[in-house]
Amino acid sequence: MSARVLVGVKRVIDYAVKIRVKPDRTGVVTDGVKHSMNPFCEIAVEEAVKLKEKKLVKEVVAVSCGPQQVQETIRTALAMGADRGIHVEVSGKDYETLGPLQVSKIFAALAKKEQADLIILGKQAIDDDCNQTGQMTAALLDWPQGTFASEVTLEADKLKVVREIDGGLETIKINLPAVVTADLRLNTPRYATLPNIMKAKKKKITNVKPADLGVDVSSRLEVLKVEKLKEAGRI
Amino acid sequence: MAAAMALVRGVRFGSYSIGRSRSLIFNSLQRRGIAACVDPSIGLTDEQKEFQKVAFDFAANEMAPHMAEWDQKEIFPVEAMRKAAQLGFGGIYVNPDVGGSGLSRLDTSIIFEALSTGCVSTTAYISIHNMCAWMIDTFGNNEQREKFCPDLCSMQKFASYCLTEPGSGSDAASLLTSAKLQGDHYILNGSKAFISGGGDTDVYVVMCRTGEKGPKGISCVVVEKGTAGLSFGKKEKKVGWNSQPTRAVIFEDCAVPVTNRLGAEGEGFSIAMKGLNGGRINIASCSLGAAHASVLLARDHMCVRKQFGETLSNSQFLQFKLAEMATKLVASRLLVRQAAVALQEGRPDAVSLCSMAKLFVTDECFAICNQALQIHGGYGYLKDYAVQQYVRDIRVHQILEGNDFFSSWFSSKIS
Repeated sequence: MSARVLVGVKRVIDYAVKIRVKPDRTGVVTDGVKHSMNPFCEIAVEEAVKLKEKKLVKEVVAVSCGPQQVQETIRTALAMGADRGIHVEVSGKDYETLGPLQVSKIFAALAKKEQADLIILGKQAIDDDCNQTGQMTAALLDWPQGTFASEVTLEADKLKVVREIDGGLETIKINLPAVVTADLRLNTPRYATLPNIMKAKKKKITNVKPADLGVDVSSRLEVLKVEKLKEAGRI
Repeated sequence: MAAAMALVRGVRFGSYSIGRSRSLIFNSLQRRGIAACVDPSIGLTDEQKEFQKVAFDFAANEMAPHMAEWDQKEIFPVEAMRKAAQLGFGGIYVNPDVGGSGLSRLDTSIIFEALSTGCVSTTAYISIHNMCAWMIDTFGNNEQREKFCPDLCSMQKFASYCLTEPGSGSDAASLLTSAKLQGDHYILNGSKAFISGGGDTDVYVVMCRTGEKGPKGISCVVVEKGTAGLSFGKKEKKVGWNSQPTRAVIFEDCAVPVTNRLGAEGEGFSIAMKGLNGGRINIASCSLGAAHASVLLARDHMCVRKQFGETLSNSQFLQFKLAEMATKLVASRLLVRQAAVALQEGRPDAVSLCSMAKLFVTDECFAICNQALQIHGGYGYLKDYAVQQYVRDIRVHQILEGNDFFSSWFSSKIS
């Protein structure tokens, strides 16, 4: 199979960190705070690498949008088994307002440029909980989507996806190319091994700007305020 | 009071009872809301941060949930260690051509420090195993390296380091286990004491006397389990380090092929000491991990426990105590990492720096863990709380691989 898979990986504040709101209430504190790969993105990378190990896809490309620091996240994906990375440079104010609509436009453009056959994303990011990027990307590309996937099976050029929905499990069959978003029980992400971490150093990360892809990253949304919820009654 | 206990207990058990679901577990040992000052990833390269991350994740998911059980039931966690070996932790500073990961001493220190937060005793054993694998890799000829190292790096086989005897601890060069040459075998007679892993491991790196008295008469041979004349004493009952068995190793006319000797006759003591330089950094790194975990546990407890109408975290005295603990932790970490760099660069001060690091760090980190236990109050004394296990487990680090009382003597001789 000559399929190429794009996997989106987002750098988010680590799940175990206690979040603090900035005093000016424009957002949360990110300076000096531990960041790591969004857990659902880890599951997405694991699924892509598994497909490659089963020889059902040929190449796994990890993509992340953001400033210089997201290269750490791409390197983690490379250490888990992705073949190469693409860093879409977005920084400063643009990065603060970067949301699912702009990211999905970037992914759609990259999918065409890289001639990808499959895009696997995490179902949502743990910082904004939007759960929109996968769906928007599929819509922009006019590709079928298998969201909240807890099982993915590649059968020739069709994808069987078992989805976790409110009523239970739904199994659908979609044509490739397609977008899949990973849910919690899709797999258990592997640990990177020490040798793979060292090999990842040699794998390539190419830099690209949104303008090169013809994408406008300006946001149509304006954050008015970010506040901490008042605590519920304490014992 | 009961409700507060329940709140604290809930926090504790949450990290112990839930199975592995990497995304969403609240693991109090892994709370990365750490003040930037004690963050162990400061000053590391991106690659080292990756190594550290894997080690921390492995410790949190595969070791920490079991550390109490391994301690109480005295289980030697073979499966968990083999999983660690699959990630490359079986021969961290062993050459890749025989299955090792080929990393530096600093990388190794970082990895053991992180793993130790999951279980000090198991990590300490893994470090001893690594030391043995390195000795064979560095001082063995190609046949010996190819025979032993691949299995050790994958932890298909486990190793033990045999130097100490009932009559020779700090005075290691006065060891009595004899190895008399008979044809193409050495016949070993004598016994070793306090051997980590003894009886459960497969490969024994043994320092024995082939020549005259003193260090120059000592050679290093590799003895395999199952060799006739090799037997073991009873399993010792210890205060800590309970996830690794400790036994005497007894040689009674035990015939070992001459081809199992590492290096030349008379080089054994030097090989043993070189192994221990790295071993000291590893043990100190394990102490660092325990201290790091204990500082976080103390901090968490202070945020939850209320006395005199407010949480302990509002007590200025305890704030100062925590700051002192953090300072000692960072100072210790810097010293160990410097010693690791000195060793990997082969600097002339490497040996004394390793001894100084071991002396300073094991003492300071024990004080930190002990202080953390104190902060927990009565709860710190209960086995339901991890802090007491860190205290018990790292107590022995001040004793083995260079009793701190003698380390200061040696360090003073060097200056």
